[in-house]
Amino acid sequence: MTQLTYSQAIREALREEMLRDDSVIVMGEDVGVMNGAHGATRGLLDEFSEKRVRDMPISETAIIGTAIGAAMTGMRPVAEIMSMDFITCCMDELVNQAAKMKYMTGGQAKLPLTVRMPFGAGFSAAAQHSQSLEAWFTHTPGLKVVMPSNPHDAKGLLKTSIRDDDPVIFLEHKALYDSIKEDLPAGEHLVPLGKADIKKEGNDVTVIATSMMVHKALIADKKLEIEGISVEVIDLRCLVPIDKDVIINSVKKTGKVIIVEEAVKRSGYSANIAAMIVEEAFDCLDAPVIRIGAANTPAPFNPNLEARYLPDEEDIYQKIKNLST
Amino acid sequence: MSLNEEKKIEIFTTMKTIRKFEERVEGLYLDGLLPGLVHLYIGQEAVAAGACFAINSDDYIVSTHRGHGHLIAKGGQLDKMFAEIFGKKTGYCRGKGGSMHIADINLGILGANGIVGAGLNIAAGAALSAQLLGSNKVAVCFFGDGATNRGTFHEALNLSSLWNLPAIFVCENNLYGQGTAYSRQTKVDKISDRAAAYNMAGLTVDGNDVFAVYDAVLNAANKARNNKGPTLIECNTYRWKGHFIGDNGMSYRDQEEVDRWKKKCPILKMQKMLLKEGILTERAIEEIDAYVNNKVTQAIEYAKSSPEPDPNEVFENVYTTHNEGCMI
Repeated sequence: MTQLTYSQAIREALREEMLRDDSVIVMGEDVGVMNGAHGATRGLLDEFSEKRVRDMPISETAIIGTAIGAAMTGMRPVAEIMSMDFITCCMDELVNQAAKMKYMTGGQAKLPLTVRMPFGAGFSAAAQHSQSLEAWFTHTPGLKVVMPSNPHDAKGLLKTSIRDDDPVIFLEHKALYDSIKEDLPAGEHLVPLGKADIKKEGNDVTVIATSMMVHKALIADKKLEIEGISVEVIDLRCLVPIDKDVIINSVKKTGKVIIVEEAVKRSGYSANIAAMIVEEAFDCLDAPVIRIGAANTPAPFNPNLEARYLPDEEDIYQKIKNLST
Repeated sequence: MSLNEEKKIEIFTTMKTIRKFEERVEGLYLDGLLPGLVHLYIGQEAVAAGACFAINSDDYIVSTHRGHGHLIAKGGQLDKMFAEIFGKKTGYCRGKGGSMHIADINLGILGANGIVGAGLNIAAGAALSAQLLGSNKVAVCFFGDGATNRGTFHEALNLSSLWNLPAIFVCENNLYGQGTAYSRQTKVDKISDRAAAYNMAGLTVDGNDVFAVYDAVLNAANKARNNKGPTLIECNTYRWKGHFIGDNGMSYRDQEEVDRWKKKCPILKMQKMLLKEGILTERAIEEIDAYVNNKVTQAIEYAKSSPEPDPNEVFENVYTTHNEGCMI
């Protein structure tokens, strides 16, 4: 067992996969000399040289476009978009090219491409450096969307994503990089795509959360536990593929469900999960499905405004409490 | 390397094949037999043929929405191409791509592309993998003059030059980006002038002269294979037809201009040279025409008699793994 931060877990996954497979290359802005904007590629340049750890110009279409071309011709690139907000500069590459290349070519093209994206709010980084835009990608068939909430899953899911033959959008919350340390199993450690993780079993209310919101939900749960409310907390881990069984089984057990995401609530992925629950398990519901997300506004700069914008443990606590009484 | 007679005849036959292929596509489309949208390559055949014969069969090409000519010149099978244009199960893309997305990955054809300018970075990526794998392959990217006003052009050329990638950027300047004339969307006289901005070699050739294109691409490929970086080659040519079948091209240009360019037909130009050099006779040309006609007709018959995809195939080829969880 070794204690690793989220950032170190990402780095280990990259390093191990680069050692395992020569076709794995890392590319993006400041991933080499600067060790990555969040330190997740620290030391890789020294170990693997400029050939495989490629600092790139501030050219998002070139980062993703060249990664696609390289992936189609034998490489297994891991591209980094420094902040998820910048994907608007390469949406054609992600949505029209990477996502559809296999389909458009009748299955001929293989696209083993992982796109790592730091994302998330909470730093007064304002409207262009704080967004959670994962729903856009879940709306694009052909992409997989992964959101690990802890070092264990970050390492295991990144390794699995790199080995996957489809394009994977891999979302790393900026607030998680250095905030948690966890014991990770030594040696080969993989987490399969499409498997949710029940962080805590419970009987009264199901809470489904992603990434940073898993931690907020667990904090809310601590308080509720003392009050005698039994919450089941599910870390979704992957949005596409999604673990429908774990969700539906939990709802069947509790009859009450809250879905929490950091993204702007309107058209957030939680709406899709809510619809799925209503379609598949309506008869098991004892109450309306509740969704918690950010305000339907751009992310603000002022810390007080940002706190109002973001969902937090108190919001989750209150909603669960209301639902369970 | 100078081309031997056999190779010249092969190139000529390829250009004739492209022309015949496109004429038949137009006819079938106007007869209402083809679904979707088709962009014809007629008039630009020397660029595809000159470029593809100057590279090896395992080199990469990245094509455009006007891609039939590139695919044929790189060795694409006519029957699978026609089947795809008809949307049949036997097509290159199993009926999922159509005219704008035909690819043959095994032949290094990394796909036609429906987004103008999207191929430039993909080609740079293929060149990067060639460089990293030490495969000595090059990547040829075809694109139109219109694509050079997209940011992708800038990003791809800057990066390719910076990294010394074995890429060859072949710009087919056919004087129109959709319905807007070159001079109404671009200030520089020559696209190749833009190469200087990337410290890259750039040249302009007569895109209706197949040997000029061939020489330029061959030199660029030799350079690229010797780790001397990418080249931008502008090929001046002309799109005889409208932007797509259905656009007659007459609202933004006049017949006199079209006729002037038809007199510079790349196929006739080559034919005259071959006759003059005694490589071909009128009789031999007739035989080539008959051969080409027969081959294209057979491909159409194959496509027509091929089955439609089963409607449930819509769900296939979206993902390689995790289909169940991804398709919810």
